[in-house]
Amino acid sequence: MGKRVGIVGVGQTHHASQRLDASGVELIAEAVTRALDDAEITIKDIDAVVIGNMDHFENINYVDMWAVDGLGAVMKPVFKVTTGGTTGTTIAACAFYTVASGLFDVVLAVGWEKNSESDTQAAVATCANPVLERDFFAGAIGPLATEYSMYMKAYGATEEDAAIVAARERNNALNNPYAHVRQAVTVEDVLKSPMLSYPIKFLDMCPRSDGACAVIFAVEEKAKKLCPRPAWIHASVVRHDYTHFGDLEWTFMPTLERASAEAYKLAGITNPLKEFDVAELYLPASTCGVKWMDSLWFCDHGEAPKLIRKGVFDMDGELPVNPSGGVICTNPIGATGLIRVGEAAWQIMGRAGARQVENVRRALVTGFGGCSWSDVIILGADLP
Amino acid sequence: MERVAIIGVSQTKYTQNNPLSFAELVYQVTTAALEDAGITISDIDNVVSVSSDFWDGRTISSMAISDASGAYGKDITTVEGDGTFGALYGLMRTLSGSFDTTLVVAHHKGTESNMRGITNTAFDPLVERKLGLDAISSAALQARRYMTKYGLKEEQFALVSVKNHGNAMRNPLALFPMEITVEDVMNSRRIADPLKLLDCSPVTDGAAAVILATEHAAKKLVPPQKCVWVKGVGHCADAFRLGDRDLADTRALTAAAKRAYSMAGIQDPGREIDLAEVYDAFSYMETLWLEGLGICPEGMACEHLERGRFDFTGPLPVNPSGGRLSSHPVQVAGLAELVECVLQLRGEAGDRQVEGARTALAHGVNGMCGQSHCVWILGK
Repeated sequence: MGKRVGIVGVGQTHHASQRLDASGVELIAEAVTRALDDAEITIKDIDAVVIGNMDHFENINYVDMWAVDGLGAVMKPVFKVTTGGTTGTTIAACAFYTVASGLFDVVLAVGWEKNSESDTQAAVATCANPVLERDFFAGAIGPLATEYSMYMKAYGATEEDAAIVAARERNNALNNPYAHVRQAVTVEDVLKSPMLSYPIKFLDMCPRSDGACAVIFAVEEKAKKLCPRPAWIHASVVRHDYTHFGDLEWTFMPTLERASAEAYKLAGITNPLKEFDVAELYLPASTCGVKWMDSLWFCDHGEAPKLIRKGVFDMDGELPVNPSGGVICTNPIGATGLIRVGEAAWQIMGRAGARQVENVRRALVTGFGGCSWSDVIILGADLP
Repeated sequence: MERVAIIGVSQTKYTQNNPLSFAELVYQVTTAALEDAGITISDIDNVVSVSSDFWDGRTISSMAISDASGAYGKDITTVEGDGTFGALYGLMRTLSGSFDTTLVVAHHKGTESNMRGITNTAFDPLVERKLGLDAISSAALQARRYMTKYGLKEEQFALVSVKNHGNAMRNPLALFPMEITVEDVMNSRRIADPLKLLDCSPVTDGAAAVILATEHAAKKLVPPQKCVWVKGVGHCADAFRLGDRDLADTRALTAAAKRAYSMAGIQDPGREIDLAEVYDAFSYMETLWLEGLGICPEGMACEHLERGRFDFTGPLPVNPSGGRLSSHPVQVAGLAELVECVLQLRGEAGDRQVEGARTALAHGVNGMCGQSHCVWILGK
């Protein structure tokens, strides 16, 4: 059997549209140093390192090799994982399995991106099949616009439902000193913002950020020594879908349904809305904050708008979603999923500052990427 | 470490200008590895793909092959780097208690890539990249430093190429089986002094797959003779900038090997290992890495090579497959080494079978001039 694993430290950069003061390696060093400080350990205590990002954004090949100075990984074991948007949660899962395997006790997980040095949409466009799909599914916005259009048609959801989510998350970010976009907005502001690709408007959509995140995972015995209240990993599940966008189901998220169902089973969750105290979800657009709530088993298909309008996912609601402001306020892509894990861990550790939700015992994390791939990670205050 | 077995393996024939797509290559080796193990895709719990956006020329490169690897509805992830690192993550996942069986699959089409451009982007973008450094020119610097440090000669490196291309004559999957002489190597076109064409590995297309299983699952799924056991593994990275390293110092490899040996209970690798697949992207690398692996003292591997110690019929055959010098599908290469070691330990290596092989070593490299290494020990 695998070892039990806890998160003992989290660090992130102050994210921004352009961090002209720091190179990519310096961003990484900033996050790593802060994570070590958070865990009150030094780089000597780290047994192995995992890093990830998306290659074509900064055009650095073998990033795990290039980044060793920032990672503190000279003469340490290190390798790279990468899976597109899910990269951040992939890194967390990798660190989890690395410790659970018993091969290493304390593992540093690092995600980063310096989007100011990239042509992000052009790079993303090359993920689609060059002959069949690249022309009309260029970039990240097209497929997300398509799925919400289909959801609106199927269930009568509206642009305003998404705008409520956008306003909620953007106002949450005012409590997060690390967030890239910190701007108070109203539902009306969102609805009036420029249209990007119907029905997604400017304030519905994530930005592209410069930033890095580092999370330290430790084996049970060490986690107990290092941290008064570690965030234990209760489940880590990934589900993939078909390769081509045209083969996908669009009115719900089969991968998220399957991944969350399996993760809930592993963690013994039967009523997710009640049993989770907070959620940090990879919602690349506010529209996902509507549609994907169905697929996390919070409600039946098409019912999400009702929960949103009741304020269930607000900071003072039944299940606060993205107290950090989420992806639509901060998006250094290779780090984005890992920030979800780090923020959720901080919520359990009680270190989330002004965005702290009271007495968090179980937290839900998701990652999204590729052609509707879903990662689900569950963290808990109690040993799994 | 709990026991993990490799229960199924496969690799393509290594070619150039292979007409198959990435997905078709991956489908081919996935299917063949399942057939080798005598199991079906429903017996596979999770998949690790080894993919690179740079070499594939496509963002989220694993997106193009996930269907082909049978990952639909499964837990799948991607390692970017040599196949030995992909297999290492597969091993970790198998040991984690979350999965019983793991498929690790790697693909590469070098002939659709621009090797010099792609390896140039592994260097620092502000200074080193502009100097035109790439895999070959940096290797030339390393070869020169190695020669200077120990007084070695180009002819000694040439002998590695002669041996490995000769070994490839016994491997029907190799791209360049050749009977050549030291003179042929010395007279081949000079690419980056002191490296000549026949000191360099060829741009290659191919794919490989390995299936890992916990002891419990292995015993349930396959007959015992199919199982080859993971005895030890270690990995370690050195500094990034070439100027921050002594390029003839293999301390990261030594650290990785030490970890693998200690897990495997190996005290004298030169005697206890029956065959080694070592990452000979360039001729000189084979001898340099053999020193880092502690198989010979520093600066002595060329002399041992000349005495025939690493020949196919010698006491410690190195790269009986023909090595990377004969077929070098980047990323696939280390996984292909594991496949070769498994075939050797099962006694299924055909004409290239090393008699009585019980313990085998596979070695992969990430980054330029061997910045990072991954060492595997497999046993019967």
